[in-house]
Amino acid sequence: AMEGGGSARIREGDCAVLKRDEVFKAVSHHTLLCYFRKIIFEKQWFYLDNAIGHVYGTTFEVTSGGNLQPKQEVEETTTETKEAGTDNRNIVDDGKSQKLTHDDIKALKDKGIKGQEIVQQLIENSTTFRDKTEFAQDKYIKKKKKKYEAVITIVKPSTRILSTMYYAREPGKINHLRYDTLAQMLTLGNIHAGNKMIVMETCAGLVLGAVMERMGGYGSIIQMYPGGGPVRAATSCFGFPKPFFDNLHEFPLSKVHSLLSGTFTTETLPEDSALMEEESNGLAEEKQTSLQETEEEPSTEAAMEINPTEEQETMDINTEDVEFKENKEKENKENVREKQIKQWERRKKLIEAAALLREKNADGLIVASKFHPAPLLLSLLEFVAPSRPFVVYCQYKEPLLECYTKLRERGGVINLKLSETWLRNYQVLPDRSHPKLTMSGGGGYLLSGITVVLDKSRSESSTPEALKMEEPSSKRCKLQDPPC
Amino acid sequence: MSFVEYGDTIKDGDTAIVFLGHESMFPVKVQHGTVTQTKYGVIRHSTDLIGKKYGSKVTCSKGGWVFILHPTPELWTMNLPHRTQILYSTDISIITMMLELKPGSIVCESGTGSGSLSHALIRTVAPTGHLYTVEFHQQRAEKAREEFREHGVEHLVTVTNQDVCKNGFGVSNIADAVFLDIPSPWEAIGHAKSALKAEGGRICSFSPCIEQVQRTCLAMEEYGFTEINTLEILLRVYNVRTISLQIPDLGKAAEDNSSSGFDSSNPSQQGSPCANLQQGTVQFKSGVPLREVVGHTGYLTFATKS
Repeated sequence: AMEGGGSARIREGDCAVLKRDEVFKAVSHHTLLCYFRKIIFEKQWFYLDNAIGHVYGTTFEVTSGGNLQPKQEVEETTTETKEAGTDNRNIVDDGKSQKLTHDDIKALKDKGIKGQEIVQQLIENSTTFRDKTEFAQDKYIKKKKKKYEAVITIVKPSTRILSTMYYAREPGKINHLRYDTLAQMLTLGNIHAGNKMIVMETCAGLVLGAVMERMGGYGSIIQMYPGGGPVRAATSCFGFPKPFFDNLHEFPLSKVHSLLSGTFTTETLPEDSALMEEESNGLAEEKQTSLQETEEEPSTEAAMEINPTEEQETMDINTEDVEFKENKEKENKENVREKQIKQWERRKKLIEAAALLREKNADGLIVASKFHPAPLLLSLLEFVAPSRPFVVYCQYKEPLLECYTKLRERGGVINLKLSETWLRNYQVLPDRSHPKLTMSGGGGYLLSGITVVLDKSRSESSTPEALKMEEPSSKRCKLQDPPC
Repeated sequence: MSFVEYGDTIKDGDTAIVFLGHESMFPVKVQHGTVTQTKYGVIRHSTDLIGKKYGSKVTCSKGGWVFILHPTPELWTMNLPHRTQILYSTDISIITMMLELKPGSIVCESGTGSGSLSHALIRTVAPTGHLYTVEFHQQRAEKAREEFREHGVEHLVTVTNQDVCKNGFGVSNIADAVFLDIPSPWEAIGHAKSALKAEGGRICSFSPCIEQVQRTCLAMEEYGFTEINTLEILLRVYNVRTISLQIPDLGKAAEDNSSSGFDSSNPSQQGSPCANLQQGTVQFKSGVPLREVVGHTGYLTFATKS
């Protein structure tokens, strides 16, 4: 990791993000470690090799050979004549105003002509260009530049970049959690260094990564997970240093009830299935990272990505050597021993996580999953200390209405708030400032609150006095009295 | 306790938040021997607060009770004494994320104002980062210093009393991020650039008026900033309510000739909505929007130093 002083440089094994205009794409450290660092991004194939050693933030051009070349600072070529029209009343869109054909342009590209020059050619060969208004010319040039002058910037990953990327590319993987909603969660949850956080998410590990970033490696996190193991595909995109993971624990949801009732034991662990799940999760992770890299490729090209484990396996099956079989038996014995050690380590970690949870003094709870939030909230809040914030995300509003009601019945929480954020991006240009044309229709909902010491006597929490704590009395009267 | 580290029990000298009920709370400086008046009675610090766990219920002299909460920048924002218009947590949240702030970050801010954003920034960059905040109003700068001291965060922040447009932030080439909330941010862009580290630093400018935004974007472009992006964010809160809706009486389907539609001469309909109500209501839970909400705070413009 780069601290202070000089700017960070791109190194082998880094996790980086490719950026072209507004589009991001994560590149896993696998890719930067492989021999063929070939990647496709925004319809362009290229090798990442030349990026190594450059400073993060460097912009590159893709050469005709598919290599990256740092973009030279060039003088902006302005059209010599500032000739422009006043409006479009006489401009007819017949598709014939550009004199260069597809083939002409292709020929220029093949000759290795730079994008800037191609754009210039397009302008000169457009019969309607000089009739366009200055604004229309501006827009035209921007559009052509975007198509032909593609520059790619390599940036360091961050919550900002990864949450924007996931929301744009794979919103389904993160339950349509929009990046500003995630931002609210991190702040409302008072996520900061030194916290002991409980995180329950099924957002590919993006929320976990965001929490880890805000904790800076200080404090501890217990990640609750469904099934056999937590998915942390997005977490690995952040490129956190190894020490960050020292205080990251995980605990299976399936053991929560037993932990709360005091019957928790490691004897009935879904061990073998857990281990198998881990391996399949590992494969799934690799598949997921290659998903990040290969976009909507035909499957043949996806297979081109080097996957050493698969190759190894096919090699094994094909060889029929006797000696080879003997070695294989030895290998199997070693594998079994390895598995036993792994099992023992798992058990140890599980006991550690259980102990941390049992202290019931977590500094906060974050929930963002595909599951109905109510059962998660009601059980996981038990592990949180009093006077600590909690935030629950749900793609839909209704389950949070239920959570609200159930929390009122339970008591021990105050300042409950159900909210969503409205986000709008703007185009700001002289005489042309306005909100952008498209915007997100919804970014999910949040229910937040603060824990307080829970009074076990149920009557306490439902007295009129207790209710007064939460709802403004005038509103309450109006809505509960039936209109006659 | 401090604003950057949780504590379990209330101590002498702490700033705690007294929670009385729905959106009713206020900060209190815990001190041996003092008392605090609330509408539910008196709270005696020595007996009722000091030594108690945060999150405890405290019964006041008149019998009513309150909760004592651990301070957080978010609670502080809702309860701090205003010296200027402040930024609320909705804007603060997106600013924090878009500036990529985290423990260890070096941030520059101007103007300090009432310290709402400042507290949030300090919390995020702790324990190894630092906030350099510039305020041109002398009393406000001093009040901010005092509050940071009281809140146990003075080691994480430097308050400078000067005009950022003329004299900058007092640091060069080290900031990971710069935040501007001043009347003429375009005049400070140059200073922002020199305060920022060589590559990859982030800048944010907050302005209520689009004209200010336009001038600022132009200045950012002139100074070579990239990824210039302007957005606005608004909070929509919903009240959870159980709603009862009456089922209308549509009359009988057959027999009666006068059964189609509402007939004022129909005796069964006159003065009987209440009776129908007893039989015909539907209840459901709803997230009801507030009548009046905040429609605008300011435009946020972000950019990257290249």
